[in-house]
Amino acid sequence: MTYEHAVETEGLVRRFGDDAALDQVSLQVEPGELYGVIGPDGSGKTTLFRILVTLLLPDAGAARVLGRDVVRDFWDLRTRLGYMPGRFSLYPDLSVAENLGFFASLFDTTVAEARDTIAPIWLQLEPFSSRRAGALSGGMKQKLALCCALVHRPEILFLDEPTTGVDAVSRKEFWDLLGRLKDEGLPIVVSTPYMDEASRCDRVSLMQQGKLLVTDRPGEIGRRYPRPLLAVRGGQILGLLGALRRFPHAAAVWPFGDSLHYTDRRSDVSPEAVARELMAYVDSAGLAGVSIQPIAAGIEDAFMWYMVQEPAA
Amino acid sequence: MSEHAIDSRELTRRFGDFTAVNAITFHVEQGEVFGFLGANGAGKTTAMRMLIGLLVPTSGSATVAGFDISSQAEQVRRRIGYMSQRFSLYEDLTVQENITLYGGIYGVSNRDIVTRTGEILTRIGLQDAGKELVREIPLGWKQQLAFCVALLHRPGIVFLDEPTGGVDPITRRRFWELIYEAAAEGTSVLVTTHYLDEAEYCNRISIMVDGAIAAMGTPAEVRSRHGAATLDEVFLRLTRPGAAA
Repeated sequence: MTYEHAVETEGLVRRFGDDAALDQVSLQVEPGELYGVIGPDGSGKTTLFRILVTLLLPDAGAARVLGRDVVRDFWDLRTRLGYMPGRFSLYPDLSVAENLGFFASLFDTTVAEARDTIAPIWLQLEPFSSRRAGALSGGMKQKLALCCALVHRPEILFLDEPTTGVDAVSRKEFWDLLGRLKDEGLPIVVSTPYMDEASRCDRVSLMQQGKLLVTDRPGEIGRRYPRPLLAVRGGQILGLLGALRRFPHAAAVWPFGDSLHYTDRRSDVSPEAVARELMAYVDSAGLAGVSIQPIAAGIEDAFMWYMVQEPAA
Repeated sequence: MSEHAIDSRELTRRFGDFTAVNAITFHVEQGEVFGFLGANGAGKTTAMRMLIGLLVPTSGSATVAGFDISSQAEQVRRRIGYMSQRFSLYEDLTVQENITLYGGIYGVSNRDIVTRTGEILTRIGLQDAGKELVREIPLGWKQQLAFCVALLHRPGIVFLDEPTGGVDPITRRRFWELIYEAAAEGTSVLVTTHYLDEAEYCNRISIMVDGAIAAMGTPAEVRSRHGAATLDEVFLRLTRPGAAA
């Protein structure tokens, strides 16, 4: 079967009671693409994934994965896709090797047949092959789950929050593995609440309250930030925060690591001009030792901007 | 009696042959926000459990709010607040019932519970939600509420175990503003997080590796000492050698 998009959804809706967990979600994932769905808990990521992997029916709209309809062709799709759910779902009392063997047998294959596909991950898991899955560290559990999702050599991979609760080092290693799988041409759809992981994806959708706020290449999303953005440093943080928020042209002021990010309300004034005005204001407010610089927006700036722009459903 | 909110000297905990916490020495000052960082399994939780009086140290000692964690655990527990991501509030009770329950457990008078409830709900914008079940309010609000409940008995120190996991970036920042406000009022805060940008919000941080403190200081000191532009870089460098498992 030939298909244009690895994943294609049109107007997907799913309600739970009165709440719309998914509200008109339309997206396309290209063949070979590493596609990120980025949003906090409760934004609808898991509902979207469960529909795409044929475990949940949409109330409205349509979705095709590998050119196949997720409702009509679910049986065919299930052997072709790999799915790693957000909650650790392997058998804690089975060893690493036993878990992998079990998942291979479910798909009527063997670990040996999958060796090439899982090689980069298995290399890291092999020293622990006889350890009980429940006794692995958080990062290794996630690698085992990835391995199990790949053991039937799927044509597309869905990973729901594979790095949540995992420390920064293990998260980086996990993304390195995904990069290698992508290089072999496997389309991957991955969700995460960590904004900093967006840069690892070819394209990302930012998701909030069941809606996609914006979809683009990660670098583009920052470049499209529609207002002057400044980094403000120095002084006592609570005082500075309060003072900046009282500036008449302030649209948003938030702590960002070692600085505060200030977004101006006006779109027709240059960032440099805003910086000069703001500096004069800070001086007149008697705050000393403050520095102000125009900066490029990141994914998190953009997410916060679009979150507030989007009227609550 | 130590004037520091926390004073840990060579604090150590072994489980069989395994040394989970290896002679950590550090202190947290009054009104200080202290970031307690480390990879999974580095020993943060074990150390925190000793400091809140739930686990006895194998050797070394620590005082919290001026009381010894081994011999005066009960006094310690009465003077601290604790909030974890996993367990904090009762989902089947209303917002008001949770506040009243915790207030009662910590011996806060009924009159104080009433006034503080009003203050808390106004502060986090939940004025009209007192009668709602905690299960029904959004995660971000739950976490802010849990934080305020942990402060209900006005403890001198509050321990926060990954308080901001999974919440949206705006809520995450509102949460940190609550932390700053508490610190400005003199409460000391010891906080763990997986978001390294949040570590920058702390007055000082420590990074634990294999049970020991591998780096400590203000975020700027830690960065410059390791010649790194970001704490992320420092963290990766320190934890990389033991990262295989």
